[in-house]
Amino acid sequence: MKLKSMFLSGAAALALGALCAPAFAADPIKLGLIEDISGDLATYGIPKLHGSLLAVDEINKAGGIMGRPIAMTHLDPQGDNARYQEFARRFLDKDQVDVLIGGETSASREAIRPIVDKHDVPYFYTNQYEGGVCDAREFSTGAIPEQQFSTLIPYMVKTFGPKSYVIAADYNFGQLSAEWNRSILKQPDVNGTVVGEEFIPLGVSQFAQTIQNIQKAKPDWLLTINVGDAQDSFFEQAAAAKLNLPMGSSIKIMLGFEHKRFKPPALNNMHAAANWFEELNTPAAEDFKKRWHLMFPNEPYINDMGYNAYVTIYLYKEMVERAKSTKLDDLRKVVDKGDLCIDAPEGHICMDPKSQHMSHHMYLLSVDEKHDVHVDKDFGVIQPYWLASIGCDLTKDDPQEQYSPNNLPQK
Amino acid sequence: MMGDIFSYLYQFADVFAFLILSAAGLAIVFGMMGIINMAHGEFIMCGAYVTVGLVHVGFPLIAAQLCGAIVAGLIGVLIEVVIVRRFYKRPEDSLLATWGLSLMVTQGTLLVIGSTVTGIGTPPGSFTVGEYSFSTYRMVLFGASIAVLAFIYFVFMRTKFGVMARATMQDATTARALGVKISWIYAITFGLGAGLAGLCGGLYAPTMSLIPTMGSTFVVESFVTVVVGGANVLMGTAPAGVLLAIIRTTLNAWHGQIVGQIGLLIAVILVIRVLPDGITGWMNRHMR
Repeated sequence: MKLKSMFLSGAAALALGALCAPAFAADPIKLGLIEDISGDLATYGIPKLHGSLLAVDEINKAGGIMGRPIAMTHLDPQGDNARYQEFARRFLDKDQVDVLIGGETSASREAIRPIVDKHDVPYFYTNQYEGGVCDAREFSTGAIPEQQFSTLIPYMVKTFGPKSYVIAADYNFGQLSAEWNRSILKQPDVNGTVVGEEFIPLGVSQFAQTIQNIQKAKPDWLLTINVGDAQDSFFEQAAAAKLNLPMGSSIKIMLGFEHKRFKPPALNNMHAAANWFEELNTPAAEDFKKRWHLMFPNEPYINDMGYNAYVTIYLYKEMVERAKSTKLDDLRKVVDKGDLCIDAPEGHICMDPKSQHMSHHMYLLSVDEKHDVHVDKDFGVIQPYWLASIGCDLTKDDPQEQYSPNNLPQK
Repeated sequence: MMGDIFSYLYQFADVFAFLILSAAGLAIVFGMMGIINMAHGEFIMCGAYVTVGLVHVGFPLIAAQLCGAIVAGLIGVLIEVVIVRRFYKRPEDSLLATWGLSLMVTQGTLLVIGSTVTGIGTPPGSFTVGEYSFSTYRMVLFGASIAVLAFIYFVFMRTKFGVMARATMQDATTARALGVKISWIYAITFGLGAGLAGLCGGLYAPTMSLIPTMGSTFVVESFVTVVVGGANVLMGTAPAGVLLAIIRTTLNAWHGQIVGQIGLLIAVILVIRVLPDGITGWMNRHMR
């Protein structure tokens, strides 16, 4: 972020906090936002703040939500889970916000979810993630495994062969994503194998040994779910050692924009399943990108998390306007009807009442040796079905659990 | 079989280079001068950013890397004069002061330059042994680590400046009485340490993600190597690098990076417990 855009976002925040207040008679809706804009995850977190600022600015200029302006406060936990908890308590107990949004890693989300569960305030998690959270207070707006892994992994097996090798960050996201990979490869219609799995501590940046282990295992393709800037050094080092393997991921390209950050051809032959990527060129997407770059001219890339953050605030607006209330119970009654949808830049997407996750229009992307992005396949809109299929039904029951293929609800 | 043996040696060389290059600057600043430099990683980041910036405007890689080292070194001299100078008698406070500096530099870089910089790509070149292919540049890094060790030895053991620097660190008052301009010696020695950190950043810049916090990935390894090496940086750093690289490479190959990292840290705890003065302390006691 250049100084100018810093100034812009600062000015925007000031405008939201001060200038808008006298323009509306009604009480503002208090929105608490927790996103990392410094520390190791800043690269991916800054677009989340920008997306939120853009949505709030647009909504307030158009008259707010039911005539009430949004007063957004942002706190930066710098990638530290203890700070996430401190800030969540501050927003919920002291500031008594109407809605809480944010969280970057799955570790940060699981760190604040027990705090969220002690309050009757809606919480929105806007990242793509490993799925499985069945919690009435959490609304998840990013893509989940049935939209990403169930599309990507069969494609990789069919296109490149059955043998996969997994490089994953060693925390709940990486571990559970690897579990999804194993579970999907076992399906008879997919029929693939895992020839190696490596879990890497966050912050590790040297991969010579990993590269050798991969060469020894001779996989057909790699599942790269390594996380953070340090671990992204893998791509440069693998390319230098001429590893030359096809790669698939649920977080590369559209989330980490590695194809913009590394010199070609480090990301050559990377594949990802995404609901948003900046190269999407539908008229709605073009219009959205134009508005974004007008407000943040120096944004290196509008990533999917920044996009989701933007869409989420519009989704919240739709929920409040239909419920005519900001109370959690009233909002959930709207979701329960099963027809809560919005027209997002990716298309018409809806919230599933049983799991409180979103349907998404999914694409299979690939990056070539010049780092140009191609759409290899359009999967259309995919519903979030997995949680409901294993018995999560938030309209009837609230287990406040995170399930995975190896951790199913007790019957 | 041939491939596996070479692979082990290559991994060893790779880990050794990383330990030595990240520790070289700190060995001088912390090992010799006693400044607990928490901003060591930021000198590394500075070298990397200067290198990448210059390559983007058309400098050849090697020239850019040398400039990265020189810029980090000059900034080091400035930092010594402005900040570090006040802390030679208060090593604990030096920790706090340099930590504060580190926080300001990382956040300042984030605000001014941005969260990420486009990489420059590793110089092409790879070779195959058995079933494995290797990046040639990693071997260049190994060569650079040997060259850095030779450079430190030469400067401190074979030059007049080296004699004056060692005398100043041992007994500043006597050195001054003998006509050594100790304030200059301190500034240049610190600058040399910062410059070697910058060189490390420049050398690793083509192979890594370029972010304001990139220096932090070097800091643990650098402190660990210096502490295991002990007080005599000229003698200690190289054997510490060999010992730790053998431990880490073996454990990495046996059971992955997590075990390698745990093993490295356990080895350090054991060394500090058994040899409180590091490898050089043990050598001093047993080789007389």
